[in-house]
Amino acid sequence: MHIGKNAAPASIQVPYKKRFRMRNNWDYLIFIVPVILYFLIFCYGPMYGVQLAFKRFNPIHGITSSPWIGLDNFQRLFDSFQFGRILTNTLVINLMKTFISFPIPIILALMFNEMKREKLKKTFQTITYAPYFISTVVFVGMINLFLGGESSYINNILDTLGFGPIPFLTDPKYFSSVYVGTDIWRNCGWNSIIFIAALSAVDPQLHESAQIDGASRLKRIIHVNLPAILPTIIITFILQLGKMMTLSYERILLMQNSLNIEASEVISTYAYKVGLINMDYGFSTAVGLFNNVINIVLLLAANKLAKQYSSSSLF
Amino acid sequence: MHSYKIRESSSDRMFMFITYILIAILVLIILYPLLYIVSASFSDPKLVISGKIGLIPKGFNIEAYQRVFANPEIWIGYRNTILYTIVGTFFNIALTMMGAYPLARKDFPWRRLCMIFFTITMFFSGGLVPMYLLVKNLGLYNSMWALILPTAINVYNMIVARTFLESTIDEQIYESAHIDGCGNIRAFFAIVLPLSAPIIAVLVLFYAVFHWNSYFEAMIYLKDRSLYPLQLFLREILVMNQSDNIMMDSIEMDTSKFLIAEGVKYAVIIVSSIPVLMLYPFLQKYFVKGMMIGALKG
Repeated sequence: MHIGKNAAPASIQVPYKKRFRMRNNWDYLIFIVPVILYFLIFCYGPMYGVQLAFKRFNPIHGITSSPWIGLDNFQRLFDSFQFGRILTNTLVINLMKTFISFPIPIILALMFNEMKREKLKKTFQTITYAPYFISTVVFVGMINLFLGGESSYINNILDTLGFGPIPFLTDPKYFSSVYVGTDIWRNCGWNSIIFIAALSAVDPQLHESAQIDGASRLKRIIHVNLPAILPTIIITFILQLGKMMTLSYERILLMQNSLNIEASEVISTYAYKVGLINMDYGFSTAVGLFNNVINIVLLLAANKLAKQYSSSSLF
Repeated sequence: MHSYKIRESSSDRMFMFITYILIAILVLIILYPLLYIVSASFSDPKLVISGKIGLIPKGFNIEAYQRVFANPEIWIGYRNTILYTIVGTFFNIALTMMGAYPLARKDFPWRRLCMIFFTITMFFSGGLVPMYLLVKNLGLYNSMWALILPTAINVYNMIVARTFLESTIDEQIYESAHIDGCGNIRAFFAIVLPLSAPIIAVLVLFYAVFHWNSYFEAMIYLKDRSLYPLQLFLREILVMNQSDNIMMDSIEMDTSKFLIAEGVKYAVIIVSSIPVLMLYPFLQKYFVKGMMIGALKG
């Protein structure tokens, strides 16, 4: 009798351990197979099409049997008179974005963290997140209404102040500043959320003891809060670098006009135009691939640097 | 509870004062343009152009709104956008949860393999043209499915959902359910779905806003104007300045045409953003929650 009593729970335990085999867990397949299919078709499918970068696309032959032309498409890209310009534009806009707009959400989060009036803080935060939900089209429409033309809102103000109207949207030299400035307006609040979350995890006892030691608010921000959110900052920064060359081409495409194109053509918008407007499929794929490779190199480099100089990295 | 409050030094108080001022300025810079658009949409376009409008409408009129509502294409766009948002979000949620569930289960044998397989796509993609050709070859071109299927899963959102499931639903719950004879499929419907209401709310919001706001896929995959979502009509009015052929009769004078077009721009921004604007204050805490869950395991 004694043995029988013990055997009952054991018979339940054993099959549970065994369940780590797919044979016993076939029912997961019902969930995962459609998901795998999605990734195979819509993520890995286009990756199969990347071979077009080394081919001359022929619509009759399709992707697989179009003739190989080696690196001709890339040669054409590097030889193109536009190449230097679009690469510079991409880099300038990105570097400005990385070094000017990246710190702002961090500063904002640190400031929000100091605010003690909860209700006011919530209201302010709600307002700063709001522009993130404006659609790209409406956002660019707003930029046009506020900055474009002589009778736009900002130019009316500049006019009365005696600075005259400034051709923000038509003079190439203003493009990157307008892009980055409006980007800050739209995203600074939203991007601060992740840092606010990290700050809420800071142990209040650290602050108390620092306070007893006579540390001022500013000192505590620098020596307690900043080190606490440093891992978050580093990881966000790596991810940002990895996305560097992608940019939001959807927005740049809408902000482009024939007058500012000199400063506003970036790699991804160029790939769109040669590919889907000029129908030069092979060449456009090469441009896209070039962009993607730079992205991955940047991501890996940033990750390596972060690993070397701090304990946090992406992988 | 008794707490020892340390008195703030005067430099600290000064510091707080400056902090509040800076935040207040920033909030003003963000809020002002939004309120200005509302005010300008109800104002006389002539006064808007000459920069005489502040936060209070002047020369109150709703002519711009009448023109927007009288335009059948705005309604077509609205109908299409609502349809794409609802159907698209449904597919998004179904597939995202279906992916997140096995990934969150410790006894799913392909867990790591699948994770790698999915995460790679975050960093490497085929690019625009291969995607475009794929959509064409699958026969999705010029149909609403071109906007729904290629973006059916966002890897980041799926990882957020997986993290949520891992941290909320204890493995022991599955174990005891299993002992009671509940399989993995039933566990999904009986345990996981009821417990994941908060994460589903977050996902619905993220995906729905994405569908509501996106224009690029529609621009490259749709040909028929009758299929256009709202954002594409907005693009014509706001960015390409083509409102004259949509909104106006040919008899009107050129200057008044320009004025009407300007007024229409403000009104159309408000009309298109109303659903998001109205829901936003109530739902924003869910967005923030979603970001926070994501921040845990970025």
